Amino acid sequence: MERREGSGGVGALLGRAARAVYALAMTALGVVMEPLQRLLGVRRMPWVFLLPNLLIFGVFVLFPVFLNAYVSLTGGTQLFPQDRPFVGLANYERLFDCRDFGDPNSCAEDRFWRAVRNTGTFVLFQVGGMVLISLVTALVLNRDVRFRGFFRSVYFYPVLLSPVVVALIWKWILQRDGALNALLVGVGLEPVNFLLDGRWAMTWVIAVSVWAHMGFYTLILLAGLQSIPAELYDAAAIDGAGGWRSFRNVTLPLLMPTMMVVLVLALIRAFQTFDEVYVLTGGGPGTATMMIVQYIYQTGFATQVQRFGLAAAASVLLGLVLLVATLVQLRVGRGTEGHLA
Amino acid sequence: MSVAAFLGRRRGRRGPDLTDVLTYAYLAVGVVVMFGPVAWLVLSSFKTQSALVEFPPSLLPTAPVTAQVEGYPQPLPLYDVALPDGSTRRMAQVRRVGLEAQMVDPDDPGEVVRVPVADRTEVRAVRFQLENYTEPLRRFNFLTYLKNSVVVTVVATLITLVINSMAAFALAKYRFRGRNAVFLLILATLMIPLSVILVPVYLVIVQVGWVNDLWGVIVPGAATPTGVFLLRQYMLTIPDELLDAARIDGASEWRIYWQVVLPLAAPALAVLAIFSVMWRWNDFLWPLIVLTRSEYFTLQVGLNAFQGELNVQWHYVLAMTVLTLLPITLVFSFLQRFITTGIASTGVKG
Amino acid sequence: MTTTRTPRAWPRLLFAFAALFTLATAAAQVELRMTWYDDGSEGQVLRDLLDRFEAENPDVRVVIDTVPYASGILQSLPLQLASGEGPDLARVTDLGGLSEYFLDLRPHLSDPDYWEENFGPFLNWMRPAGSDAIPGFMTQLTVTGPFVNRTLFDQAGVEVPAGDTTWEEWAEVTRQVAEATGTPYAMVMDRTGHRLAGPAISYGARVFDENGDVAIDDEGMRRMMQLMVDWHADGTMNPDVWIGSQGTYAAGNEFFVNGQVVLYMSGSWQVGQFDQLIGDAFDWQVVPNPCGPAACTGMPGGAALVGIADTEHPAEVARVMEYLTSEEVLAEFYARTLFIPGHLGLAESGVDYVSDSQAAVDALNVFAAQVGRLDPIAYDLQAYTYNRFVFDAMRDRLTQVFVGELTLDEAIERMQQDVDAAIAEAQQ
Repeated sequence: MERREGSGGVGALLGRAARAVYALAMTALGVVMEPLQRLLGVRRMPWVFLLPNLLIFGVFVLFPVFLNAYVSLTGGTQLFPQDRPFVGLANYERLFDCRDFGDPNSCAEDRFWRAVRNTGTFVLFQVGGMVLISLVTALVLNRDVRFRGFFRSVYFYPVLLSPVVVALIWKWILQRDGALNALLVGVGLEPVNFLLDGRWAMTWVIAVSVWAHMGFYTLILLAGLQSIPAELYDAAAIDGAGGWRSFRNVTLPLLMPTMMVVLVLALIRAFQTFDEVYVLTGGGPGTATMMIVQYIYQTGFATQVQRFGLAAAASVLLGLVLLVATLVQLRVGRGTEGHLA
Repeated sequence: MSVAAFLGRRRGRRGPDLTDVLTYAYLAVGVVVMFGPVAWLVLSSFKTQSALVEFPPSLLPTAPVTAQVEGYPQPLPLYDVALPDGSTRRMAQVRRVGLEAQMVDPDDPGEVVRVPVADRTEVRAVRFQLENYTEPLRRFNFLTYLKNSVVVTVVATLITLVINSMAAFALAKYRFRGRNAVFLLILATLMIPLSVILVPVYLVIVQVGWVNDLWGVIVPGAATPTGVFLLRQYMLTIPDELLDAARIDGASEWRIYWQVVLPLAAPALAVLAIFSVMWRWNDFLWPLIVLTRSEYFTLQVGLNAFQGELNVQWHYVLAMTVLTLLPITLVFSFLQRFITTGIASTGVKG
Repeated sequence: MTTTRTPRAWPRLLFAFAALFTLATAAAQVELRMTWYDDGSEGQVLRDLLDRFEAENPDVRVVIDTVPYASGILQSLPLQLASGEGPDLARVTDLGGLSEYFLDLRPHLSDPDYWEENFGPFLNWMRPAGSDAIPGFMTQLTVTGPFVNRTLFDQAGVEVPAGDTTWEEWAEVTRQVAEATGTPYAMVMDRTGHRLAGPAISYGARVFDENGDVAIDDEGMRRMMQLMVDWHADGTMNPDVWIGSQGTYAAGNEFFVNGQVVLYMSGSWQVGQFDQLIGDAFDWQVVPNPCGPAACTGMPGGAALVGIADTEHPAEVARVMEYLTSEEVLAEFYARTLFIPGHLGLAESGVDYVSDSQAAVDALNVFAAQVGRLDPIAYDLQAYTYNRFVFDAMRDRLTQVFVGELTLDEAIERMQQDVDAAIAEAQQ
């Protein structure tokens, strides 16, 4: 479908109309912005550009985050912070009330520590699996394949699905009377409930999560691959480097910056995983797939007695851990500074 | 070594070899794994309520076949009956009593035969249960929900694009005190998942008076750290000389923003646009908290009403899920090339 | 606990003027909002009835806002009520926990005695302790109890036990039937503490101590929970529901519908859909709740339609409620929805269920007959403010025993700790 601009038809007309509307709207906004520039001077203009974003950001993100931090220092079940009794660090003390940090059963909030462990396992394998599979897929797509556009979209499509839909789809496949078991029975095997065994459940939770998000990372990696100049490979070939050597000596090092972006984003997202897993397994069996965000959600929201303070404390801890993890990663991957900051 | 060849070669230069076979095998498996589950959902959404809980499930939606038999007012279900003499006959069931079924031959309804229930199998045929779609749509104000969803999605996406690109422009193209602090602050909030600050944000909405107001759904998510981050990274690659040239020509900063920078950042904007559309269209929990009146409900809220306390009406839930998938899928299939190359270019230029 | 909210004097005053003005000129229409959820088609039946009400009362319009149950009624509604942004009426199940937000209809009712007489025992579930408020009525009463697949019994040549039979005896019999018929599991129970509570009370669990505080650890509770652990370990019970939970509440109904289990411990609300889904595939029936040393009880339960105290039109809310609770209208509602009546008069006279299935009507009647025979502890537990928290703690901790994360002793200790910590927090 190689339709050129200006080849006439509805498309071109629409394009022109859209541009006209765009110009009109922007000129209209300019009526405010241009006098502002005269009034404040060019040097203050960045702040003017930042203002609308910072306003919304401040009111609906930053302020709630601080409110949340304050709530973590209060107790009771009252909704409005001004009604809640101040309890100092009691919520944090409760979270850290353990005789032995290696054994969740010895902790006052045993479920929090189980969630911490599960999240650790999940992050490790999900991020690892994600990077590996995305990389392989990107390498495959980087070859001279036919219908590359089509295949690229195929891998990307699940990225568009909401987490709830992703979980619903897979629930329908994994449950005991689901499609996968029908397949097993079809080839003469016993049906298994994949969500009955803690390890199976964790494995599937990771697999589903990779399934849902790998398309995004594949595209980023693919772009990274395509930006590697072909001459470098030719040079390597002249030097007599085989496939494996040119992969190690050319592809990997030049892909490292892109890899770093992928790693940081994947890591942050993995730590925050919630809806998909929650709808798929409910955190079960037992607590085998319960993640930190689910613990927070269930303690502070989806329960009859909502312990806002405890939930807030756990979320503050999660935020801190993520911040530290990201900073460490950025330090380690020094060469990528240009990419993230 | 095929693996090494596969890893190293960017392009297959000669005729098809083993690595090409592997490549296409991988891609074929990929299509099944990525699309298969979605296709399964779509097929399941056409099944009857009882077919949904059957095991083993059938691939295509089926329903029992019935026949009108003379002398019986209701259509009777058809069965294949294994007769004692070893032959099989297709018969209609009049009623079942305990372990015995009373059957008649549809062509000769006079004689009633008693058959053990174990000896009969139901006759089924492929049938798409369209009622799963039409019934909920009849019950609900579908058009209202659709309108609200479209309004929220479109307005929120426009606002998101404008204010995030403005902020990204400021952070990418100016040097000023506090720039790094602002950027780090925005990045830091990437670390806080929204489901965690749900209650505080709701309190803010209550204070602002936006409960039961679409603005309460549109505005809070408009300033996305991801959006600012994405756009800034892309704008960094736009040469400053272009901006300086425009300034020499006497263009205002605003004009530089919308006439020079934004058009060049189009691929990144397209990426943010599709993500914003996706986030807003799929958003469920937040609208449910902010909106209590059905005239403001978005599709996701309205269509999830089939999840009861003691009973989930899965046949409706699945059908409505497919329905909400449609627009996203359509938008994507039209903009597919633009979007995938857009993501690619933001990644590479980062 | 009362909620203090800053009175918005001006809007109220303005509103009063406006009301006076419109009253003087023409009949203004008052719009009432009702937050509702659907398990089946009860919303449509209600809409039908309300249409008739609106035809008779052109000055009132009732809009039903249907939301999903878990995220809408359980999670969002409490937030909305606490912030004063709730509807005028709502269908709720957390009766005790939300009672502080309910409207007292009493001053607006023409005949409060009718309510006391017919809804008396259930009104206690939805009023704050010690009050005589009339907040609403039960849209449905539910009773828990077991369903059995009679065809499997017939095939196995085993009699369906009658009379006082213990849970252990039922387990034995259903195992025999399952074995004889090649059915994968003998029993299954919905994954909720509420379903488990009936058997536990039958086995002697007292749930509360002398002071009325929750005390989970006693002989009876331990015995029932140990049985649950054993049944999951030896394959008597289907593990898919409690262990492979797939979400917090999981029903075992599809296993029963598919004939994969002999006995299914659930409740009256399943009848309507069993009638529809099982059809002619096999015969099923409801049996009275099995016994233990202490009782033969299930749990009562249900959902209520209540007025919300923040409404600006309490009088109109009361009028709608009076219409819906009139014997004739309510009888039609219960009959068409196949719900067990939460109205004592109708319970006594019986409801003429609209169903062509004798099995369904029989089943409903067995359940309805149980209402009066449930143990007092079961009623106390259902009326307890934090009962949902107790049920959830029982469910979650017991599941951890099934998968080996906790021992039963640890689990029971944890249940008590969870409940104590939550109640302490709620009373801060």
